[in-house]
Amino acid sequence: MEKATYYNPADLAKFGNITEWQSEMGNKFFAYYAEVFKDGALTEREKSLIALAVAHAVQCPYCIDAYTTDSLQKGADEAQMMEAVHVAAAIKGGAALVHGVQMMNKAKELAM
Amino acid sequence: MKSLHARHDPLADTGFQLRVLTQAEAEGARLVPFAQRLRESGLLPLRPTTLQTMQLNVGKMCNQTCRHCHVDAGPDRTEIMTRQTMQLCLDALARTDIEVVDLTGGAPEMNPDFRWLVEQISALGRQIIVRCNLTIIVANPKYHDLPEFFARHGVRVVSSLPHFSAARTDAQRGEGVFERSIRALRMLNAVGYGVEGSGRMLDLVYNPSGAFMPGSQAALERDFKQRLAREHGIVFNSLLTITNLPISRFLEYLLESGNYESYMQKLVDAYNPVAAANVMCRSTLSIGWDGQLYDCDFNQQLDLPVAAPAPQHIRDFSEAALSARAIVIGQHCYGCTAGAGSSCGGATVNE
Ligand code: SF4
Ligand code: SF4
Repeated sequence: MEKATYYNPADLAKFGNITEWQSEMGNKFFAYYAEVFKDGALTEREKSLIALAVAHAVQCPYCIDAYTTDSLQKGADEAQMMEAVHVAAAIKGGAALVHGVQMMNKAKELAM
Repeated sequence: MKSLHARHDPLADTGFQLRVLTQAEAEGARLVPFAQRLRESGLLPLRPTTLQTMQLNVGKMCNQTCRHCHVDAGPDRTEIMTRQTMQLCLDALARTDIEVVDLTGGAPEMNPDFRWLVEQISALGRQIIVRCNLTIIVANPKYHDLPEFFARHGVRVVSSLPHFSAARTDAQRGEGVFERSIRALRMLNAVGYGVEGSGRMLDLVYNPSGAFMPGSQAALERDFKQRLAREHGIVFNSLLTITNLPISRFLEYLLESGNYESYMQKLVDAYNPVAAANVMCRSTLSIGWDGQLYDCDFNQQLDLPVAAPAPQHIRDFSEAALSARAIVIGQHCYGCTAGAGSSCGGATVNE
């Protein structure tokens, strides 16, 4: 049967399996990953909300799934999570718009 | 919201709940039986260590009907511990060195003999914990003096507050519960509860409001302390994180929301042998409103009494016979052994 989508939620749990085909790099990545999300100058909850925002910016459904759960687990509430998504939206929207300056520069260069 | 009992819901039947829990065990080979995990950890049969806590469930009556309630408590529940049964508990207590008596319900304060019971335990010189749902303090003028009453008897108050945001708290416990809880917390703070150096202990309990596990107890405690102090001027001692067990009204929520299987899988995947060695049933005896003996309040709510030949009723209490018993376990126990573990005292493993 043809798959309905490229993404299968069950695949998220298999993320760890990527080490099977390149254990050294994979293990290094996961060690680094674990280190990044530890309580540090930022709290675990703040890091989880950043991850949630980035997940939306890169539009990764796996990460949205994982960091929605993780943010709730770390005690974030709906308002904080939605604000994180707006931060991502603002930066993505702003990033598109700020390139408008380049467009304007180029247009001015070319136009009479 | 009404209790499962009042709605005549099939889940009000504990046999039905147990079938749901064991059916998943039979169908999904992925859900390893809890007994198997315990055996692998060298903990089967699960035995008591030392008896430190006597937990008395003095009734199922409650002024709230929280969506996650494992007791299926509510205003319609009439099961209540009589003074006679309380006396049997006190007699048993007097014959032991049990340090702590943990009073729970329902809302234990709604039992007409609640204050008498607290006075008697206090006279025996044991530490008293009252699982207070906070809103009871402001529910009726006759409860307004509870903070002073607690203080007079050195009661340690342990209170549920699912979240520092009103929305998350009300979603789990009912509309307006957050605001009333904050008012009650102010009254507790006013008599010194939670205030450093007062010796009056006020702990808050965090239960996830949904199909996920609690995060780090220490991190959540820090957030709760900051937010409650900043936004409401409230102080407390510790935050205890408790995992919701898949029984009663939380089981109903899991089934209705389609989260049952994934939640069970999460608990099973997060099985921690260190947490398993520290489960609270090893040091607690739980007594039902009618004097029946159980390994814990969860087994009590599933109608799973202590295993024979241990005495079944508080009138036959024998510490020696009970300490030789094998604790009754089931798939619901995964809730106590996931991650940092969960008990009435919060996480059982330091992260
Ligand atoms: S969770 Fe506690 S406060 Fe809520 S209904 Fe149950 S016993 Fe009452
Ligand atoms: S549910 Fe009860 S019997 Fe099972 S592990 Fe937890 S405390 Fe022990």
